[in-house]
Amino acid sequence: MARIQPTPDTDGAAGPDGDGGGTGRRRKAVRYAVPVAVAGVAAATIGITSAFAGTGDPDLPKISAQDLIAKMAQSDTQRISGTVKISTDLGLPSLPSGASFGADGQGGKGGGKGGAAPSPESKLTELLSGTHTLRVAADGPDKQRLSLVERAAEYSVIRNGDQLWAYDSASNTVHHSKAPQAPAEGKGKGKDKGGKGGQDAPKGLEAASPQELAKKVLAASDESTSITVGGTAKVAGRDAYQLVIKPKQGESTVGSVRIAVDAKSGVPLKFTLAAKSGGKAVVDAGFTKVDFGKPAADTFAFTPPKGAKVTEADGKDAGKGAGAGRDHKNALPEALGLPGVGGDASGAKVTGEGWASIAQFSAGKDAGAAVAGKGKSGAKGGEKNAADAGALLDSLGGKVSGGFGSGRVFSTKIVNALVTDDGKVFVGAVSKDALVKAANAAK
Amino acid sequence: MSRAEAADAGATAAPAPAPAPAAARRWGLSLLLSEVTTTFRRWRTLALLGVLAAVPILIGIAVKIETGGDGGDGGHGGGGPAFISQVTNNGLFLVFTSLAATLPFFLPMAIGVIAGDSVAGEAGSGTLRYLLVAPAGRTRLLLAKYATTMAFCFAATLVVAVSALAVGALLFPLGEVTLISGTTIGFGEGLLRALAIAAVVALSLVGVAALGLFVSTLTTSGVAAMATTVGLLITVQILDQFPQLSAIQPYLFPHYWLSFADLLRDPVYWDQVLRNLGLQALYAAVFGSAAWARFTTKDITV
Repeated sequence: MARIQPTPDTDGAAGPDGDGGGTGRRRKAVRYAVPVAVAGVAAATIGITSAFAGTGDPDLPKISAQDLIAKMAQSDTQRISGTVKISTDLGLPSLPSGASFGADGQGGKGGGKGGAAPSPESKLTELLSGTHTLRVAADGPDKQRLSLVERAAEYSVIRNGDQLWAYDSASNTVHHSKAPQAPAEGKGKGKDKGGKGGQDAPKGLEAASPQELAKKVLAASDESTSITVGGTAKVAGRDAYQLVIKPKQGESTVGSVRIAVDAKSGVPLKFTLAAKSGGKAVVDAGFTKVDFGKPAADTFAFTPPKGAKVTEADGKDAGKGAGAGRDHKNALPEALGLPGVGGDASGAKVTGEGWASIAQFSAGKDAGAAVAGKGKSGAKGGEKNAADAGALLDSLGGKVSGGFGSGRVFSTKIVNALVTDDGKVFVGAVSKDALVKAANAAK
Repeated sequence: MSRAEAADAGATAAPAPAPAPAAARRWGLSLLLSEVTTTFRRWRTLALLGVLAAVPILIGIAVKIETGGDGGDGGHGGGGPAFISQVTNNGLFLVFTSLAATLPFFLPMAIGVIAGDSVAGEAGSGTLRYLLVAPAGRTRLLLAKYATTMAFCFAATLVVAVSALAVGALLFPLGEVTLISGTTIGFGEGLLRALAIAAVVALSLVGVAALGLFVSTLTTSGVAAMATTVGLLITVQILDQFPQLSAIQPYLFPHYWLSFADLLRDPVYWDQVLRNLGLQALYAAVFGSAAWARFTTKDITV
């Protein structure tokens, strides 16, 4: 059968002479160059924009660290709305799904009544790993809204006056409570850098905004800290100064904290916490879009949607929440070792100063036994659970021994925890050696 | 078989022998019309659309049966396809659930079948020659083929959406729509958003359509082209699941598919939607021009 070759005149070909292999081949090469060129241009555009995104540092007048902090302190920006991206890499080992948190995961679910309504507490722990997008809006001290943007779902916390609503679209449930009167105060207490668990979880979610994180770090800084201005940066399309905070103490695991402060308004726009061990930032939270205009009033209006299940947080519920919180508490300090999350804060003893503080508390015999790998883990027991927990612990913690006896060290990029076999817990953002030293001293 | 008839019909409809530009353009239009009608008259196409229409019916009945006894307290806790916990409250959500359920696989598979068959099928059955005899030119023919595939993208999405809306209206109450941010909007605005979502879903399939068209120009076997396109689709979907490949995942065409749900936020979160549309345009440009380069330079021997 005869070959049908492309007709040059109707196809708008390169040359009018359709014959001859040479021109045909050249034309073919030219045509194939088109998709290659399109792909190349696209790749180059992507490459150039991402390469230049980090560099174009704005030219701003010099400013001292103190002036910059003052600027932040003076900043009275009440109205803000925007998109925040939070990437967290605590350096936790990836837990096998299902076996995650061993018995405590199941206990927590039981506490949550069938797990129908993901509690604010569990949402907070979600923020502790991976990358999340948040949308925030605030208008004055008593109107705030924060939405955790999820895949095809959203978790919103809305505060309007003394009403506090949490809406989870995935399960169509609403959580309602009366907001505490003094919202943002007293959060900088202690060296609590991990946000609080427990009942005030919506507040904890709120604390993930750059402003709150920055405030906390400033509250924690003293003469053990060096604070400098480290150049400028562009964040969310705005010019910003970089405030660099570095601990002076050698045993701290914190490498540096960088806060990008908006040059005009003094609002912190980005917060980066880097570990001394290097690698990806441990916490990287920053606005990708920000607007200082007044958010629309109906942003903060919330009425429970029809058909949604509403949980009222009265006294009974709060108790239940605390109970569920306690279930998490067993899991969290072991896995994360965040001071202030686990254990009774009243029972904690703090040694060391500034960045090198070590919290010491007693987790009781059960925890010690469980850590030693021989435990029946309390009421939730079950031999399978105990075995699971033992295997999990082996994958999480390394054994250490010293003058204090022996125990396990659980380490993340920032926070290390030492749990001794007799049930004492030492937690801090310090190296393992410092923990062992503290344990020896406590003996 | 109907291919040849259509080609003949097209040829008689525009008998002008002189390849004047105006005549060629007219021919191009009639070519497009004949392409669309032949594609949508095929039993294969109708069967695909029938399967797509059945998905919302199945989902709707399943949800109805499961929550039939108690007053629809869909306490799923986020299991199953997106939005399924809302369906019992508002039938309109069946549209979103059905689109979320069909977008990862059913819809692109149907597109892959149509796109993969578009050129290779003609070549395989020996009707491509007749189409090329006409003076419209290969570029126009390819454009007509691509436009037909796009028309199918929209038709398929609309079939799912309309079927879901009908089933939703029959089985569940309709009314005010609760957005996933917790805001409530009227039913009319909800319908508008549903329409916008259907459009975004249809546009999400532009990339697969271009990919299928390119594959289709590579071979003369329609079945091989369809299988390759669907195989590529599945492979890319799997690659999109591995966390280790997160560096390249933003450039895989299905990566932002579920972003259509962002249209249900208040205010609408455009970032991912726009990224999705841009990515689809990029795929269409790259694979469309590759298909053009291949199709306009190859010798057609059958």
